[in-house]
Amino acid sequence: MRTGARAGGILAVLAVLAVFPLVLQNATVTTIAVDTLIFAAAAVAWNIFSGYSGYISLGHAVFFGTGAYTVGIAARAWQLTGDAVFGLLPLAAAVAAGLAVPLGLIALRVRRHTFVVITIAFFFIAQLTATNLSVTGGSSGILAPSPNWDAATFNNPFYYTALALLVVTTAMSWLIRGSRFGLQLRAIRDDEDRAAGLGVRAMPVKLAAFVISAIVTGMAGGLWFYFIGQAIPQFAFDPLFDLSVVVMAFFGGLGTIAGPLLGALLIEPAQQWLTLQYTNEYLSEILLGALFLAVILGLPRGVIPTGAEKIAMLRARLRSARAAAAAGSPERQPGDQPQEAGTSSRDAGTSAREAGR
Amino acid sequence: MTVMLRAEGVSKAFGGVQALRDCTVEVEQGSIAGLIGPNGSGKTTLFNIVTGYERVDGGDIYLGDSKITNLLPQRVFAAGIGRTFQLTRIFPRLTVMENMLVAAQHTGSKRTRNPLARAGGRADRRRAAELLEFTGIAGHSDALADTLSYGQRKLLELSYVLVADPAIVLLDEPAGGVNPSLIQHIADRIRELNTAGKTFLIVEHNMDFVMGLCGQVTVLDYGTVVAAGPPQIIRSDPRVLDAYLGITEEDDDAGPG
Repeated sequence: MRTGARAGGILAVLAVLAVFPLVLQNATVTTIAVDTLIFAAAAVAWNIFSGYSGYISLGHAVFFGTGAYTVGIAARAWQLTGDAVFGLLPLAAAVAAGLAVPLGLIALRVRRHTFVVITIAFFFIAQLTATNLSVTGGSSGILAPSPNWDAATFNNPFYYTALALLVVTTAMSWLIRGSRFGLQLRAIRDDEDRAAGLGVRAMPVKLAAFVISAIVTGMAGGLWFYFIGQAIPQFAFDPLFDLSVVVMAFFGGLGTIAGPLLGALLIEPAQQWLTLQYTNEYLSEILLGALFLAVILGLPRGVIPTGAEKIAMLRARLRSARAAAAAGSPERQPGDQPQEAGTSSRDAGTSAREAGR
Repeated sequence: MTVMLRAEGVSKAFGGVQALRDCTVEVEQGSIAGLIGPNGSGKTTLFNIVTGYERVDGGDIYLGDSKITNLLPQRVFAAGIGRTFQLTRIFPRLTVMENMLVAAQHTGSKRTRNPLARAGGRADRRRAAELLEFTGIAGHSDALADTLSYGQRKLLELSYVLVADPAIVLLDEPAGGVNPSLIQHIADRIRELNTAGKTFLIVEHNMDFVMGLCGQVTVLDYGTVVAAGPPQIIRSDPRVLDAYLGITEEDDDAGPG
C-alpha cells in the first residue's frame, strides 16, 4: 500500500510537471521552470556520484561547460538549427564522458579533501582553456543558433527536453541506489579500504559513477546553452554552478533520491526570482551562501532524512500514547507498556532513516 | 596436514622501524592458529601484508599453492582470505543487511553480472540472514550499522566476512574490548565454524581466549618469530616468557605500589 501511495505521488508530480507550461504560459515563469529543470537534472546527476560515493566534486561545471561548448561548436560547424540542435545532446554526453574518464582516473586516486581540491583545479583549467582557444571563441564565447519556433510557446521544447532529462536521470538515480553498483558506491563512501577488503573494486566503481554523472551534466550544459543562447567562459564554466548544485543536494539530503530534486525545485526558482526582482545578482548569491551555512549548521543531513525521522518519531509518540491509554485494560501487565513504547520508537527511528533514503 | 596459508621470510620496514624481519608463519588447513606477541611486535602488520593492505619489502605469501604476494585487497579477498580489523570497521550508514550484502556480491564465479540488478539476490540474502542468525544479531538486520554496540559490531564484522565463504578467516583481536559473556559467545561461534571446516588465524591479547581456542600458536617479538607450537608448549617456553610475559612483569613493577 505504501508502494502504491508512493507511485501515485510520483505520477501526480509528473502530471503536474507535464501540464505546467500549458497552464502557466507566462514566459517569465516558464523560463524559470526550464532553468529549474536543467539544474535539477544536474543536481540529481551530481548526487549519483558525489552523494552516493562521498567524493564531493566541485568540478562538475567542467562537464556542464563542456556540454555547452560541444553543442555550440558542433551546431556552428554543421550549421544545425531548430530541433536538430537537440540532436546534439548525445554528442555533448559523449564528449563529457570522454573527458570524465581521464579526469576521473587522475582525481579518483586521492581521497576526500585532496579530491575536492583537484576537481577545483580541473575547473580552472577548463575555464582558462575555453578563454584561450579560438575554437571556443575565446573570451567572447560562442553563440547558439536562434530557435525558429513560435514565440508564444518558445520555451516548451526546452521545457519538455529538460523534463525528459530530469525524469530519466532521477529514474537512473533510483535504479543505481538500490543496485549492487549503488551499494558498492555507498560502501566506498563509508569506508573505502574496508570495502576493498570485501572485494569491491573501488576504482572502476567510482569511475563509472563519475562518468554517468558527467554524461547527464554534459547534456544539461548543452541544453542550457541552447536555451540561454550563448556560452562564454565565465558562465559556461561557473564556480556558482557547483556551489548551487552542492547546496541543492545538501539541502534536500545528500545521497537520497529525492533530496537533490527537492533542493533544486526550491532553490533554483528562488534564486532566479531574486535575480529578477532585485537586478543586483549578488543578492541571490549572498542568500545562497547564507542558506548553505544554515543547512550545514541546522540540517546537516538535509530536509528529507531529518523530516522523515521527525514524522516517524511523531507517529511513534502517538502510537505509544495510544498504547499507554490501552494499558489501563486488565489483560495488560503493567510492566509491558514502557518497554514496548521504547521498542516501537526505536523501530520508528530506523524506519525513518530507511524512508529518508 | 596441508598448509593453507604461508608467510615466508616476510620483511617490512616503516621508515627506520623494522616491523617484520624474515618472518615465517604457517597455518594448517582446518586449524585455528593463534598469533601472539607484545604490542608493536608486528602482528597487525603481518595481517595487513597478507590481506594486501601493505606491500612486503621481502618474502612471499602463499595461499595453498598460489602466490598472493602484494595483491590488492580485493584480489586477496577474491582469492579466499577474509579478515576483520582490530578496531572494527563496518559501514555505519548502511543497514546491517546491506553491510552483509557488500561482501556477498563478490562470491561465486566470474559469470557475467548486471551491476544494476538489485543488491543482493534471494540466495545472498538468505545466506546473510542465516549468518546473522548464527552470530546472534539477526534482530538488527534492518537497523543502521551505526546503531550497533561495540560487541555487536564485532559480530557483524565476523558475519560479513563469512558471507563470501572465504577459505581462511583472519581475526584481529576478536575479543578485544568485548564483555566476557560475549567473548564466550564469539569463541563458541569460531569453534563451531572450525568444526564445519573453516580455517582461522587469530591475533589476540586475551591469553585464555587464544590458549583455549588455538591448536597452534606463533609468537612474534620485534618482528621475528620467537616460538611456534601447541599452546601448552608455548605457555612454558622461556623465550616466550621473556618476550611476552617478561614485559608484563616489568609493567607490573613499574606500576604504583
